[in-house]
Amino acid sequence: MRHIISVLLENEPGALSRVVGLFSQRNYNIESLTVAPTDDATLSRLTVTTIGDDRVIEQITKHLNKLIDVVKVVDLTEGDHIERELMMIKLKASGATRAEIKRTADIFRGQIIDVTPTTYTVQLIGASDKLDAFISALGATSIMEVVRSGVSGIARGEKTLSL
Amino acid sequence: MVVRALRDEGVKYIYGYPGGALLHVYDAIFQQDEVQHILVRHEQAATHMADAYARATGKAGVALVTSGPGATNAVTGIATAYMDSIPMVVITGQVMSHLVGEDAFQETDMMGISRPIVKHNFSVSHAEEIPTVIKKAFHIAQTGRPGPVVVDIPKDMTTPTERFEYEYPKSVKLRSYNPISRGHSGQIKKATDLLLAARRPVIYAGGGVIMGEASNELTELAKLLNYPVTCTLMGLGAYPGTDRQSLGMLGMHGSYEANMAMHHSDLILCVGARFDDRVTNGVDKFCPTAKIIHIDIDPASISKTVKADIPIVGPAQGVLTEMLELVAGSKKHPDESALKAWWEQIDEWRARHGGRYSTDDSELMKPQQVIEMLSKVTNGDAYVCSDVGQHQMFAAQYYKFNKPNRWINSGGLGTMGFGLPAAMGVKLNFPDADVACVTGEGSIQMNIQELSTCKQYDLPVKIINLNNQSLGMVRQWQDMNYESRHSHSYMKSLPDFIKLAEAYGHVGMKVEKYEDLEAAMREAFALKDRLVFMDIYVDPFEHVYPMQVARGSMRDMWLNKTERT
Ligand SMILES: Cc1ncc(C[n+]2csc(CCOP(=O)(O)OP(=O)(O)O)c2C)c(N)n1
Ligand SMILES: [Mg+2]
Repeated sequence: MRHIISVLLENEPGALSRVVGLFSQRNYNIESLTVAPTDDATLSRLTVTTIGDDRVIEQITKHLNKLIDVVKVVDLTEGDHIERELMMIKLKASGATRAEIKRTADIFRGQIIDVTPTTYTVQLIGASDKLDAFISALGATSIMEVVRSGVSGIARGEKTLSL
Repeated sequence: MVVRALRDEGVKYIYGYPGGALLHVYDAIFQQDEVQHILVRHEQAATHMADAYARATGKAGVALVTSGPGATNAVTGIATAYMDSIPMVVITGQVMSHLVGEDAFQETDMMGISRPIVKHNFSVSHAEEIPTVIKKAFHIAQTGRPGPVVVDIPKDMTTPTERFEYEYPKSVKLRSYNPISRGHSGQIKKATDLLLAARRPVIYAGGGVIMGEASNELTELAKLLNYPVTCTLMGLGAYPGTDRQSLGMLGMHGSYEANMAMHHSDLILCVGARFDDRVTNGVDKFCPTAKIIHIDIDPASISKTVKADIPIVGPAQGVLTEMLELVAGSKKHPDESALKAWWEQIDEWRARHGGRYSTDDSELMKPQQVIEMLSKVTNGDAYVCSDVGQHQMFAAQYYKFNKPNRWINSGGLGTMGFGLPAAMGVKLNFPDADVACVTGEGSIQMNIQELSTCKQYDLPVKIINLNNQSLGMVRQWQDMNYESRHSHSYMKSLPDFIKLAEAYGHVGMKVEKYEDLEAAMREAFALKDRLVFMDIYVDPFEHVYPMQVARGSMRDMWLNKTERT
């Protein structure tokens, strides 16, 4: 199953490489990875999406917790949560497809953030499967370039991941 | 500051080798005499010496190596300590900060290289933080599940002309590191109930009992319950090896009775062990009728390969103490008739094999005989530091360890070349104890240069070289799995070890007949202040048995060359 694991990490040089190293060393899979500092400058927040059975996920969270630079770990998929990913997608947009792309982007609540006579660049924010759906709705022909931020997530309600 | 911090940490010996990046530090070492430096002949030996000190005492050993090749030479030693959870602090020199990343002379990214084989590593970026970083390094290395910590120090961080306020912190706290200090009482209670209800119990003790200083508690609990105990390769000595309740070692080369008892048990109390593949054999066939209680300081060790029914995360000593109290105060008792039947069954297994080996099939001395003699001559009281190979397994099987911290070997990584430096590290710190290095003609040659260090610092260890003129363990696998095609497992042109020992200023003894063994060995140990290299010729065709059949269950074993369960 797919899991979204959020990690509070000391904002220290080398800390990120320990996390990434753990995944490659122990043969855990990384679907996506995002990391940025938090409101507390000494901490970074890292979100990793991974696929594995319960045993593997348990090992991943335990091993993450063992890293000295890791302050806290939570598997967001264990509770109610919100996940978001940002995508920018550059499309060939000329002739009839131009209007079609605009319509599809509107349906998905995407925004066109760059325009040239022959291209559109669309920005879309949502859960990963929504971004996937947008891509398949477009059909492969017009896609020039895709860039996705990877997933960030947060728990619903009162629950927080903080010190 | 580095040397002062080590002194204030209470470090007596450091093991190392100088080089450009460490010249400031070595100059500081020269100007004091509280922290004594031992100059090895290869950095790998420095790490093994520090590691063995830790194995014998439980306290972190310290190695000091220069940047680049010094640091990479230390890598094997760091990995060895990591695999066996041994506390160690390795200080590596680094090129000047402003040169880092420029492929400067003798620069290697030691933070990157060591990352997967350390508990943690630090790179010093401000000289004034050296005392705190060193304190943190010791704290992390020695608490929780122990392990090696690397401190990488660029040369400009130790410039003697730059002076800073020095204070060595009494303690440190890290917000992201809080090792568990006691087990969960509810879990301990549940485990105790299960323990008392068992009909065919086995206690399975690992290196965590030794490092967690819990052998007394374990022994007391086993005695109170009259339950059988088996120890892993790392756990030997956790329970007295000559006691009736001891089943010896378990696993790939474990005793017949230990592996049979595990397979047929209905309850396994695992303390400080990790269900390693060399223990479990095929995990899918592992102990089908057993419930499992697993006590470990490291939550990640629990349910990693074998699922625990009752996991208890905590230090072995504390958890066992609580269990002892509960058992002693309990109205419930183990079912006496079930336990009696279980012991009868175990004794039957013992009678069937019981560690016997044949001496008839060859004129030559058997390696097992040598180890039994060593056990006899040293009353089972010596520190036995082993290399890796058949001789290691024979030592584990036939030396009867009655005390913890006496059996010093590279279990997890299986590092050939570990034995001699390890023996040196122990002898230096326990000058009055008998210290033996059990080795083979293959392994000893991986760090034989240390005979020179032994001379310089007067380290009269006894080297017991089980010379089978071959890489015996490799050869055994070739015999069993490759129709005896002995590809590169035979050593031609062995040196004359006697002359070699003498060239380094030591005593050499060659033993070829069993009749001469006892007298020679007694003589060697009587030479208290001399290193003796005993080159003992043993049967090159001997195999280590029992040996589990690959991917079978625990009870599937070869008992000798022709017979299997
Ligand atoms: C550094 C290293 N290289 C290779 C091996 C693989 N290996 C394991 S046992 C062994 C043979 C050891 O030979 P020897 O020291 O003579 O011991 P014996 O098995 O003959 O008793 C080898 C090559 C190892 N464990 N460590
Ligand atoms: Mg050999």
